[in-house]
Amino acid sequence: MKLVEKYPLGSVVILLPLWIALYAILQHGADALVLLTGLPQGERLTEAVRFFVYEVPKVLLLLTLVVFVVGIVRSYFSPERTRAMLGGKSLFTGNVLASLLGIVTPFCSCSAVPLFIGFVEAGIPLGVTFSFLISAPMINEIAVVLLFGLFGWQTALLYVGTGLVIAITAGFVIGKLKVERFVEDWVFQIHSNSAGMQEAAPVFRNRIQSGYSAVSDIVGKVWPYLLVGIGVGAGIHGYVPENFMAGLMGKSAWWSVPVAVLIGVPLYSNAAGIIPVVQALLAKGASLGTALAFMMSVIGLSLPETIILRKVLKLPLIFIFVGVVAFGIIIVGYFFNLVY
Amino acid sequence: MNIKILGSGCMNCKTLHRRTEEALSELHLEATIEKVEGYQEIAAYGIMKTPGLVIDEKVVVAGFVPPVEKLKEILLAHRGPQ
Repeated sequence: MKLVEKYPLGSVVILLPLWIALYAILQHGADALVLLTGLPQGERLTEAVRFFVYEVPKVLLLLTLVVFVVGIVRSYFSPERTRAMLGGKSLFTGNVLASLLGIVTPFCSCSAVPLFIGFVEAGIPLGVTFSFLISAPMINEIAVVLLFGLFGWQTALLYVGTGLVIAITAGFVIGKLKVERFVEDWVFQIHSNSAGMQEAAPVFRNRIQSGYSAVSDIVGKVWPYLLVGIGVGAGIHGYVPENFMAGLMGKSAWWSVPVAVLIGVPLYSNAAGIIPVVQALLAKGASLGTALAFMMSVIGLSLPETIILRKVLKLPLIFIFVGVVAFGIIIVGYFFNLVY
Repeated sequence: MNIKILGSGCMNCKTLHRRTEEALSELHLEATIEKVEGYQEIAAYGIMKTPGLVIDEKVVVAGFVPPVEKLKEILLAHRGPQ
């Protein structure tokens, strides 16, 4: 790590080909590893093990690369800059821009409240702020990588697209509902005495370093979730019979979408834990719309985040927020069940 | 030197607190460390990302947890006249 910090550019030149080489031998490597264990071919356990030893390194590799790139991209954005860009935008334009910025602005749900206050203080409309608060957790780089790695680019793009549509419309609707009275009064009385932190614009060398620190931060944090998620996925892959999920989460079960959302909202996991599970469910006959709805409600709406937001939002607005987003997710679920 | 750790008690704030104490003791510096957990007070410092590190009422870190070595540099740079 010390060398990487000292020579950020040089280390990229060395590490990138290494990454490509590793990725290229994944399939053969996993097959060879399964052969080495001496497990009988075609058995359930063998298939579960094969799934695990192939998916874990693949997803970790993809995650590392994308988190690195996103770390560099994010060094160009900050909540302060995003706030400045959103100031004075009209309602709809503001919603679109806020949802897009939600993808690239660094965000952690523990900062949701200071960010909310910062936006309100700058006079950004509530609806626009909500667009940001919906898109930022839901469309995150981990979700996009996993979807790309496990399902291909079409599904990843689809997820980003529908996430944007939900964030834009939900924010727009909340803006139209005139919910200012449901924000805790003290929020409007805050006038910060300092302009926050004045950050010097980093040079490119430092941006590469922020890519590396994003990798050690994020990959270091999510890998246990990933192992558990892929482990559960491997279990489902090997042991749950084909089409088992078709009756429960298939297209024919009209109630499956709202039920998936109802189960998903209180559940909390990051994308790394839930997506491998969703992949396995899909492989066993769950329909795409239902699986997508489940995943979005788990990642996008989380109990801890709503509890944190309760500090600045009165209860009715919490319900409106969760309700509008959940409703949007249900519509997306039905839409995809209809189209696919 | 008066140091404040801004944050609602999440993981990052605790790490920042611990590392700041470590940096202080390695530098043999004396300081009072205060935890600021109320959102109203945190927002008054104008930061939009937690955790925050405030030295003598000046925000010096916001939104990330620097390693101990970096914290030492920051502490030395913002140390008032002795």
